[in-house]
Amino acid sequence: MTILVVVEHDRGSLAAATLEAMAAARRVAADLATDVSALTLGAAADAVASVLAEHGADTVHQVHHDLLADYGPEAWGEAVAQAVRALQPAAVVACGTDRGNEVMAQAAARLGAALVVNCNTIEVSAAGDATAQWTITRSRWGGSLLERCTLVAPVKLLTVTHHVFEASTSPGAGSVLPLPVELEAWLARTVVAERVERAAGVTLSTAPLVVGGGRGVGSAEGFASLEELAGVLGGVVGCSRAVTNNGWRNHTDQVGQTGTRIAPDLYMACGISGAIQHWVGAMASKQILAINTDPEANMVTKADYAVIGDLHAVVPAITNEIRRRRAQA
Amino acid sequence: MRVLVCVKRVPAPGAKINITADGQAVDTAYLAFTTSPHEECAVEEAVRLIEAHGGESTALTLGPGDAEEQLRYAASIGVDKCVLLPIDSDGSTGGDWDPQRTSDAITTAIQGIEAADGAFDLILFGNESADSGNFQVGIRVAHGLSRPMVNGIKGIELGNGGVRARRESETGVEVYVLPLPAVLGVKEGINLPRYPTLKGRLASKKVALHVVCPSGVVGGQQMITLVQTAEKASTTVVLGHGPDAAPAVVDLLEELGLLK
Repeated sequence: MTILVVVEHDRGSLAAATLEAMAAARRVAADLATDVSALTLGAAADAVASVLAEHGADTVHQVHHDLLADYGPEAWGEAVAQAVRALQPAAVVACGTDRGNEVMAQAAARLGAALVVNCNTIEVSAAGDATAQWTITRSRWGGSLLERCTLVAPVKLLTVTHHVFEASTSPGAGSVLPLPVELEAWLARTVVAERVERAAGVTLSTAPLVVGGGRGVGSAEGFASLEELAGVLGGVVGCSRAVTNNGWRNHTDQVGQTGTRIAPDLYMACGISGAIQHWVGAMASKQILAINTDPEANMVTKADYAVIGDLHAVVPAITNEIRRRRAQA
Repeated sequence: MRVLVCVKRVPAPGAKINITADGQAVDTAYLAFTTSPHEECAVEEAVRLIEAHGGESTALTLGPGDAEEQLRYAASIGVDKCVLLPIDSDGSTGGDWDPQRTSDAITTAIQGIEAADGAFDLILFGNESADSGNFQVGIRVAHGLSRPMVNGIKGIELGNGGVRARRESETGVEVYVLPLPAVLGVKEGINLPRYPTLKGRLASKKVALHVVCPSGVVGGQQMITLVQTAEKASTTVVLGHGPDAAPAVVDLLEELGLLK
């Protein structure tokens, strides 16, 4: 009764979030006194087996099929469902990313089984026993509210909230086993058909520094000073939902529950009040500096650091100070 | 063509979400309600598709009787028909509507509507609901109807008997080409929803409300209670006021190793 981790990758490139799922799976496996195994879909992912072993996989089950050469939610979900039937794991764990939640939901629908997504804690009452109670704390409202729930199912399907479990190494045996699946040709209907690749570089979700602007920026043009600050620091500009609703910036720049979740070393939130919608997208930031005229704004009271003042004066002053120091260096 | 859009009534919270004394629900005494944001965009997209290609759009919701408000909103911006699956605090529609029970009831209702009025070419859901965020009801319904489904869609184009759907990924944009009938989960950003006009709001009151009693099998995920997240313990360090604070901010950037 192993704990099986569904490995997320893009044409062989491992998603770091998978290692968070490995860490969560190791904890559950310790509670149940069982081992951890990993499931990779598509031949391109064979190469990640050694990384999975370093992170605690005792067995890596590798599925090869032409339909798994690129991502497709239905083909992936069907492959996971067949793996679950073949391996009979106690639980299946993936990270709660877009793909992680999507693949697990496809698998759950096929297995007719419950799926609890975005879990923060997983408690199992009695070790290795079929009567064991599974009690879970999961994220609601993008993580601003939690839900305690029970999960009753022959196999426990779970995803863990991104950025909650910390990836860490813990060597596993890493035995590699092929796992045959049968996928019908029509599953190709939801495999990625074309791609438009973005130029390489930092993105909102991977940037070490994000300069965010809210309603207080006042206009599309008002973002020029934020762009300049982000530019000198090699960061990226983000914004709140109020900004995209006003048409000042594209939705791809939106930080929040319905936009992008960020986790930079520093988030500089300028003229942002800090509504729940925005906060949950920013709360994984390691440090937050709020720049706001209102010392009582939610963003200010929740931030690690704050500057009280008008961002239109403060932001250019910071940029100038950086340039001044660099000129002296 | 026929387009169905499934929506959910959710509270519209501001800075903090409070929980009722019994821990079973969000305290909505001082909150307004809205259509879950991704679904607001799905409604707009359904209306645009019908405007461009002709046909009929329908909005469906499973929720309390008050969720009629969200159906009227959909009608006010141009949706033609409304279907309510009303749930109650007790009786056969009481208790927790977990994702399996919800998708079971919606699948059955869609099958009933399609048997009477013809199949939907496209069914739209939101990527996930704002409140419970289970990320699975649309996918389960699509599977129940044996239709292709892709979530997270930020662009829809119809043509050649199929639908081209775009979604953003870490490395760029992925394009999926699905045969119709299909199901798509829409993400905010696909469009900027219009505001209802006065004329639209008046017209929405005359749209007939089709009521279907929901019935679904209870699933394996059962809520015990809602829990507030821990408040931040530390206080905010104020680095200064106005532009004079700039040197302190740059000191912080240096300390964090961000000034390379």
